Amino acid sequence: MRIIENIQRHQFLFEELVKRDFKKKYKRTVLGMAWSVLSPLLTLLVMRLVFTQFFGRGTPHYTTYLFCGNLVFAFFNESTVQGMSSLMGNAGIFTKVNVPKYLFLLSKNVQCLINFGLTLCVFVLFCILDGITFTWRWVFLLYPICLLVCFNIGLGLILSALFVFFRDIQYLWGIFTQLLMYMSAIFYTIDSYSPLVQHVFLLNPVYLFIRYFRKIVIEATIPTVWFHLLMAFDVLLVVGLGCRMYKKYNHRFLYYV
Amino acid sequence: MRVLEVKNVSIRYITGDFKDIGLKEYLLRRIRHDYHVTEFWADQDISFTLEQGEMLGIIGSNGAGKSTLLKAVSGIMVPTKGWIHREGSIAALLELASGFDGDLTVKENTYLRGAMLGYTRKFMDDTYDQIIDFAELREFEDRPFKQLSSGMRSRLAFSVACLVNPDILILDEVLSVGDGAFRKKSEAKMREIIRGGATTILVSHSLPQVREMCSKVLWLHKGRQIEYGENVQEICDRYQQFLDGKLKL
Repeated sequence: MRIIENIQRHQFLFEELVKRDFKKKYKRTVLGMAWSVLSPLLTLLVMRLVFTQFFGRGTPHYTTYLFCGNLVFAFFNESTVQGMSSLMGNAGIFTKVNVPKYLFLLSKNVQCLINFGLTLCVFVLFCILDGITFTWRWVFLLYPICLLVCFNIGLGLILSALFVFFRDIQYLWGIFTQLLMYMSAIFYTIDSYSPLVQHVFLLNPVYLFIRYFRKIVIEATIPTVWFHLLMAFDVLLVVGLGCRMYKKYNHRFLYYV
Repeated sequence: MRVLEVKNVSIRYITGDFKDIGLKEYLLRRIRHDYHVTEFWADQDISFTLEQGEMLGIIGSNGAGKSTLLKAVSGIMVPTKGWIHREGSIAALLELASGFDGDLTVKENTYLRGAMLGYTRKFMDDTYDQIIDFAELREFEDRPFKQLSSGMRSRLAFSVACLVNPDILILDEVLSVGDGAFRKKSEAKMREIIRGGATTILVSHSLPQVREMCSKVLWLHKGRQIEYGENVQEICDRYQQFLDGKLKL
């Protein structure tokens, strides 16, 4: 509750921060905001060209299948990478003015969310082209989206705090996300693995989000309650840890920036 | 009414710990048996109180711990020891020219700064013209901030900041902003705010300014409180002697 109060009190600052982050992102680019749409599309195109030969044949709606994976992973990746530097990048502000430090992270996340929203529109367009039937179950997509936002914020809290103390984390995280990408079944299906291995995939939260999207969009089914709970558990864990770190180190950040 | 009470405040910086020096250096020092964490006390055992409407001058040579103390007073830092009690809102104008974003325009930066200082959007809409005119930067308002000279930057910073109407106002070297003409204008503005009943803390290297404006003085040297009291002139005299090398601490 304190957080909501704080955000209300700093609403103006928050808005200005979001604006600033947004402007800076597309500064000096010729196409500007069009990149929000173009860059996931180009990634998709590349993957489509490369992987259709290997994995595309047996997978129905392979383009949509790929896009689900890309959509979720790109959002996750951008959000966490940007989030990681949010605290350090604003050191000049929070060492001079007394403002809640998580505002910087939230503003970056809002910016990434807007990006994600734009990509989502393109995604819907592609679904239409790919002959996907839209059902009322699409409403359920709100669940993984909301959870993913929280998950990104939670990880952002952890990463940005760690980044202040250990700059090495940026390299480690880069490698880790790459590994994660290959383990999230973005461009392949896990059907050919043994049931045991398939269960191991469930330990990867990013895979859960992607799987949820595919279930709704391609298979038009709602995942089980357990699946929902597992996702919620992951998110709560990460957010809880992140909040604890911020609470604990709130006043120590400024010794290390 | 007592608006600010600072009691036995000490602030410690730690340098040379594991996070600071990195793994390689850490291991090397471990092998050589000379790994140790250095403690640095920026402020030690400092106490003062301020009643409403008083003005405290903080003097001391570079590295005396003035800015660190102000960070603690404004709540950015938490004292390692001791405590600080404040009543009412607090506005700290610390190292004015930093915290701006070079890529944004002057106008955008003005709004951002206003937001940081806790103004509302409506207030900024209403006073933006006043701010930009006071800073004399009207013709630059759509230019990227990084194109401004450092004097212009400080002028903008000062102009945004001086609209605050706080209970406690902290001024860190702000009265020496800009060229001669602007300095006069800014001093007049500051006096106006102070006359409005704000309790003020002023850090200044200009002794005449402190003598003239302050009702209390705190003299810091290397993190220690040398003198504190209402006998402003006497303390300033002794500080002057110290500066001239006649008085040894």
